[in-house]
Amino acid sequence: MRPALSVVFLTTLIGVGQGLFLALFTQQSYALFDLLPRQDGRFYGWGSLLALVFALAGLIASFFHLGHPERAWRTATQWRTSWLSREVIVLPAFMGILFLYGVSHLSGFDPVMVALPGGLNIHATIVLGWAGTILAFALFVSTAMIYACLRFLQEWHSPLTVINFILLGGASGFTLATLYAAMFAPAQAGFFGGWALIITMLGLIGRSVSLWRNARLRQKSTTQTAIGIKHPRIVQKAQGAMGGSFNTREFFHGKSQLFLFALKLTFLLLVFAGPVILLAINISYPSILLPGIAFVAQYAGLLAERWYFFAEANHPQNLYYQGVS
Amino acid sequence: MTQLALVIDLNVCVGCHACVTSCKEWNTSGSAGPLCDEHPYGADPTGTFFNRVQTFEVGQYPNTETVHFPKSCLHCEDPPCVPVCPTGASYKRKQDGIVLVDYDKCIGCKYCSWACPYGAREIDEKQKVMKKCTLCVDRIYDTTLPESDRKPACVMACPTSARLFGDIHDAESVVSKAIRENAGYDLMPEWGTHPANHYLPRRKTNLKIHEDELERADNPLKVDGKLPKPKKSDPTLDDVTSW
Repeated sequence: MRPALSVVFLTTLIGVGQGLFLALFTQQSYALFDLLPRQDGRFYGWGSLLALVFALAGLIASFFHLGHPERAWRTATQWRTSWLSREVIVLPAFMGILFLYGVSHLSGFDPVMVALPGGLNIHATIVLGWAGTILAFALFVSTAMIYACLRFLQEWHSPLTVINFILLGGASGFTLATLYAAMFAPAQAGFFGGWALIITMLGLIGRSVSLWRNARLRQKSTTQTAIGIKHPRIVQKAQGAMGGSFNTREFFHGKSQLFLFALKLTFLLLVFAGPVILLAINISYPSILLPGIAFVAQYAGLLAERWYFFAEANHPQNLYYQGVS
Repeated sequence: MTQLALVIDLNVCVGCHACVTSCKEWNTSGSAGPLCDEHPYGADPTGTFFNRVQTFEVGQYPNTETVHFPKSCLHCEDPPCVPVCPTGASYKRKQDGIVLVDYDKCIGCKYCSWACPYGAREIDEKQKVMKKCTLCVDRIYDTTLPESDRKPACVMACPTSARLFGDIHDAESVVSKAIRENAGYDLMPEWGTHPANHYLPRRKTNLKIHEDELERADNPLKVDGKLPKPKKSDPTLDDVTSW
């Protein structure tokens, strides 16, 4: 497949937003049970609005993928069958929760919704946080299932696609949360950094397994099944057009194997190796610089990772476009 | 239920591209607007087409065969492109099984083209909507045309009648008979899309000659010439066969 930059930015940017929100609410959930000190409302509030900025940037990027952005409202109609439609519904809902959660923290309007028997007060921000958590995961699943549900794109048609979207989005969000905490709540940077480290390493496992799986895939479709002729040697001599077509532009990334290999190494270094080392050092020697570099490197790496994710998928239609006369 | 479809006979197709040009001519002139081309007279002309003829060489020289392979939307009975459409622009008609795109609803997100294993969908680079073969839905029901002309433009154009058109759910239709009697098959059956369009394979007429047909069994000494005249006492052919 030819990677579309708009979709590369969409999936990585909203991943950061989702991960950042999950990180903030994880800290607040710990604080609810007095496992960590509760932070000032401004910490959660501005953090949530920062996540909203990332989600919004992703949403804007997605519009560049559309031929008719003015009809985008129609995409909310087919949620019964289309994961893309589901994503279009869940993303604004998640952004709405980000906004409410942030405003609730910033304004201090955080009434007790339920008082549990143990003396635990469930505030509005906790309820909003739960809703946001559910929506964040629903968004991860919707986004990933857009790709994972296409059964003949065998590289994508795997639970690993969903797992990796969750882990990689989570990793980048927690890394950003580490940077955010290093700047505004240094005492909590270790907590976020530790989780960022763990999720990044889980992401490394998930992505490595998918790379390993995809390298060993046996493509079910062949030229033989594509044109229905049983002969081991079939060579395409003409594809009906010599100046290229949508089929030759949309489904071939047009880069060399060497480029792909270099890109794979790059994203493995930038997304995983670099941030893991930086975050590990940051635990012992906390600073703003280390998580800052870690986040920028990881996000840049994720752009490469997502580009590679699209490029590594072999569309069976390519079997019909193997040669020009 | 009706499922209109094309049956394409690869044994007959000569690769003349008449179906391609006829399709383009009809569908670029319709009320749905043109099939846009980009720099048609430039170095790299490209444009929107519903139908293409591709050519494959099967086998190793000198035992090769050239197969011309017309390719258009297969109007799958279980079309993977339809459920993924986020706007409902892509749909399969209940009454005749034609898969269509509503150009007024399409947002041009290209997701349906990703979801089609056959690469049958193309974005119109000017109008920014997805386009594909409509089975000439604006022609086959047009009562102003004579009955014999109510067929897709590609079928009308084919000089060798390699393209058949009909309802594959009607067991007595010309397409159903062709599929049934001439080993019609569908493309990429591994994805369970159940394409409505079928292809008829290349067929060779082989004459099976047994050895005893080349060599006379009643001439063990391989002596050519007239057979000796049988004696009056020998059994005649009538005697032998009447045993």
